[in-house]
Order: sequence, then structure tokens, then C-alpha cells
Amino acid sequence: MNAANPAVHPPSAAQLPVPGHGPLGPRGMAAVLVALFVLVVLVPVLNLAVPADSALHLSASTVALAGKIMCYMMVALAMNLIWGYTGILSLGHGLFFALGGYAMGMYLMRSIGREGVYQSDLPDFMVFLDWKELPWYWSFTEHFWYAALLAVLVPGVLALVFGFFAFRSRIKGVYFSIITQALTLAAMLLFFRNETGFGGNNGFTDFKRILGFSITAPETRATLFAISGAVLIAMLLFVRWLTGSKFGRILTAIRDAEPRVMFCGYQPLYYKLTVWTISAVMCGIAGALYVPQVGIINPGEMSPANSIEIAVWVALGGRATLLGPLFGAGIVNGAKSWFTQAFPDMWLFFLGALFIVATLWLPNGVVGLWQQLRSKWQANKEDAA
Amino acid sequence: MSELLARAASGDRESAPVGYARVLGEGVDTSHGPILYLDDITVSFDGFRALNKLTLTIDVGELRCIIGPNGAGKTTMMDVITGKTRPDSGTAFFGQTIDLTRLSEPEIATAGIGRKFQKPTVFEPLSVFENLELAMKTDKRARHSLRAKLNSEARDRIAEMLARINLFDSAARLAGELSHGQKQWLEIGMLLMQEPQLLLLDEPVAGMTDHETAKTAELFVSLAGSHSLVVVEHDMDFVERLGGKVTVLHEGSVLAEGPLAEVQQDERVIEVYLGR
Repeated sequence: MNAANPAVHPPSAAQLPVPGHGPLGPRGMAAVLVALFVLVVLVPVLNLAVPADSALHLSASTVALAGKIMCYMMVALAMNLIWGYTGILSLGHGLFFALGGYAMGMYLMRSIGREGVYQSDLPDFMVFLDWKELPWYWSFTEHFWYAALLAVLVPGVLALVFGFFAFRSRIKGVYFSIITQALTLAAMLLFFRNETGFGGNNGFTDFKRILGFSITAPETRATLFAISGAVLIAMLLFVRWLTGSKFGRILTAIRDAEPRVMFCGYQPLYYKLTVWTISAVMCGIAGALYVPQVGIINPGEMSPANSIEIAVWVALGGRATLLGPLFGAGIVNGAKSWFTQAFPDMWLFFLGALFIVATLWLPNGVVGLWQQLRSKWQANKEDAA
Repeated sequence: MSELLARAASGDRESAPVGYARVLGEGVDTSHGPILYLDDITVSFDGFRALNKLTLTIDVGELRCIIGPNGAGKTTMMDVITGKTRPDSGTAFFGQTIDLTRLSEPEIATAGIGRKFQKPTVFEPLSVFENLELAMKTDKRARHSLRAKLNSEARDRIAEMLARINLFDSAARLAGELSHGQKQWLEIGMLLMQEPQLLLLDEPVAGMTDHETAKTAELFVSLAGSHSLVVVEHDMDFVERLGGKVTVLHEGSVLAEGPLAEVQQDERVIEVYLGR
């Protein structure tokens, strides 16, 4: 084009919007971070520093529950990256979570030492199977750093290899969902076998200590809680950065018009593979933080129902919104812990009803509902003015 | 807007030889012949021959219209050129050296072929600005996109394009909120941001008002010379306005080729096209 013609209003790039974030601006984000930070500090303080007879005291079980829910929130953030933003519904995310948990569980089993029922160097279930030495894949698991590495690498490498073949073959939509579902089911059946060497259907439990600290001590629990909180905040910031980048906009573009993305010159394979692997690693980290707080990991975590539940959290909270998954995971799991105590038989009906409500009336989840109400309120205010 | 377009038109006409040199300088080698060369292409779907020994060449800087009844193979031909469909037999070359039957869709797009779909396909949840940002010619690997930042030069180019496609004031709106005709223009803008040497446009004026159609014709005519264009269209008035050579496809091969007036007199064309 020639130099700007003064008769036409000169296009100035300065007038243009900056590409990036949606409704949640820097101020909203700061408020959310402060709230999370306060929660992360307050819960351990109310547990440790407030006397047990005070009304403000939080019990150890409440701390454990809150810590557990924070781990689920990480999984929901990971699921939202792949499903909400990229449009790929994984029904096997529980597998990556469980693998991270098993990696940490191996270390925790090794640190029991000779304090097990059989007073052997080997974990109890191996003594029970009459194994004389550790299988090769248990090597180095006595080191915490190695277990932490495994918790990241195993889900990451599995996702990378699986994702490469699935995305290269252009497997999409419901077919991809079914294959991921089959993957987690197959892994569950494998881990149920005693010969696999991961404790069969009992999995790992009766942990004694982590890094030398008693795993049941209130201080250890509070520390684990605080670490989980810090990791959750870090992941939230990471997801915000990723989805606000050009990379994130391409993910959204892939979700809604993949052919156009390809004809723009982008190779969707590598974008999908990157976000898929990141998502799996986030689940692995969540699993590794979950196991020491809950004190058990077994193949039940790999059941297809668990993975489907993760999708329910995200759908209820609001897909492709930054905070939706946090609300979704919090609401469902908070309700679950209350319901399973108050009305144990009703829980699954309630979960089903929740999903139906979310599908029928909350297409954008609770975050979407809130946004709707807010814009309505603002419109009313403008009408009145 | 019309001044802008006219300005763009005259500017591009003047710079046509420069544009030609630019084509030579980049990946496509068109020094000894056409920019697109399809020879003996056959594509079958379950026994149905969508393309039947199709042979077609497009010259550098040419504006070619492709017409033909439904099922003549127009869209399949575009699918073959852009790598979406692999031909059963035949050769497809972009310039002298680039074998289109061996490249993936993104590779072909990067080589310099842009495609507009029949149904306007833009990124609806992203803003108009962001749509152009994603389309802009740059390193499109995932690694690069993670750290990509828009510099002021890139923003200026987007601003220019926004003005050119008459969407400057809608830059912050979501693409999904645009009218059908505006989406068509946005998609054309995205195509131009890719800086292709060859543009494939599948029914670009469907759903546009007469005024928008006229402006689109002006734009395409201005692009010819510096770009090569292949336009599939049913709207004969639009084809007439473009004024280039017309190719009539029928049952997967070329039935007639020439200026519109000549083609319209062709007995065989009248027979298949008007069903007489």
C-alpha cells in the first residue's frame, strides 16, 4: 500500500487492541491470587496455631480434605487446557494422575524401611508374594528426587508417545475419548495384577515418613498442604500465561477451525502434542502431591469413572475459563465429601444430577452463569441511569 | 473504503513487476513457466471419479475463474492443490520444483498457496485482530509461538490489512459476531496476511451484498499481477467483472477454456451448464 491518504482515516496500530486475555483482567487475577494465598496460609495456621477446643480450629481431616481438593484442582486445570481450550476430550486423565501418585508411592513405600508388618527391606506386598529382591523398575526409588522425576517423566513420556501416534493419525473427537478411556482401563487391569509389582488391588499404603518426617505429624501435613497450594498457584499462573500467548490462541483456533489452522501454515500435530504432554505432566505432579496427603494409592484411581468425573468438574466450572475448573473441582469434591457422609447412597445420583444441570442450563458452567448475571446487572444499571 | 481500495489497486498495479521479482526471490521457481501445473489428475471416491484426467495450468499473475455445475470437481481440485486430498494419479506442481502431492497442508500453505473455503472459516472466539495476527506470515512452529510477541511493524501491517478489508473499527470484536459478508472479507484478509503467491478462492462472494461483491471484484483485480488467483464462483456477473480467463469444469475435467463471452457461446457448455 502507498503512504496513508489523508482523506481516509489513517490506520494507526496504536488504536488497536492488544491480543491476549479474556474477561479476567490483571485486577481480577490479583484478587484471585491473594484469595488463594490467604487460604494456603490460613488453613495450616488455623490447624496448628489455634487450640483444638477453639471454634476456629481446623481438624487434621479438614486440612487433608482441602489438600486433596487442591490436587484435584490441578487436574482440573490440566483437563481444561486440553479439553476446554484445545477441544480434545480426554477420558483418561486419571491415568496420568495415578502414575504420578504411584511414582511418589514407590518412594514412600521404600521409606517405610523395616517398619512394615514383615520387617523386611522389601515392601510388605512383595514379601507376601515371596519375592526375594526388588524388580528392576524399583531401582533408585529410595531417593526422593528420583521418585519426583518419575512422577513427571512417566506421565509425560507416555502422553508424548501415545499423543504422537494418536494425533499423527488425526484421531479426533469421540474416537480419541474412547481410546484414552481404553488406555486407562487397560492400565488399571495391569496394575490390579499382583505380578505387575505395584501391590495389586491394595496398591500402596501404610506410609510412615517422607524425607525423614513423620507423614502423620500435623506439621508435615500442613507443609504438604502449603506446598500443594504453592504448586496450584504456580500452575494457575502458568495456564494464564500459556492461554494468553499466541500459542494459546492457536489452541483455541485448532478447537474451532482446525482446517483453517492448517491452511494458515500451522502443523496442529505439534501444538496438540505439546499441550497434551503438558497436561499429562500437570496431572502427574498433582498425583505425586495427592498420595502423601491421602496416604493411599491403588488402581481404583485409574478407573474410567474417575477420569469421567474430571471432565464433569471442568464442565460444571466452565470450560475454557481460567477459574472455572477450580470452582468445578471444589464444588463437586466439597459436595462429595459432605454427601458421602450425610447420604452415602445418594452420592452418585447427586453427581449425575449435577452433570445434567450443567449440560442443560449451564453451557458455560458456573463461571459462565456468573458472567451472564453480571452483564445483566450492568445492563440494568445502564437502563436505570 | 473505495478510495482505499482504489489506492491499493493502483499501488499494486504499479508494483506488479516488483511483485513478480519477489515471487522469483522466494521459494517458488516460476522462471520457466506457470505457477500452478496440474497434469492428468484423477481422484476417485468409492468408484466415483471426482476428477478425471484433469489438466490445468495457471500462469504467474493470472486471474482465473473456474465455473461448472455442482459436482464438477471444483472443490476436489482445490483439495488436491492444498494437500487435503491425494490424487490417485497425475502430477501437481507449484512452480517448477514443488511437488504438491508430497507435501502436507501446512507445508503447502507455507510454500505460498492460500485457500479460502466455500463456507467462511474464521476463528470465531478470537477477535478480528487476533485472526489476522494468527494468519500473518511468520515462523509457525509451536516453539516459536510460545514466545511470539507482536512488534510495531507487525501491528502496522495488521492495521493496514484491517483498513483494507474495511474492518478497522471492528478490530476488537469477536470474529463470530461479524456478518456473513464481513467474515468473507476477514478470511480474504487472513489469506493476504499469509502473503501467498497463489490464492485459491472458493465462492468468495457468496452471501455478500451487491456493493460488497463489487468491492471484492475490485480487490481481486488489484491483486492480479502481483498474485495469481484461482476463483471458483457461480455468480456470472462477478466472473464477468473479474474479466480473466474462464475454465469450465464438467465431470472432473476441463470442458472449455477462454474468455467468458466465448465460453458462454460454446454449445457444449450451454448444454451441460444450463441443462438444455
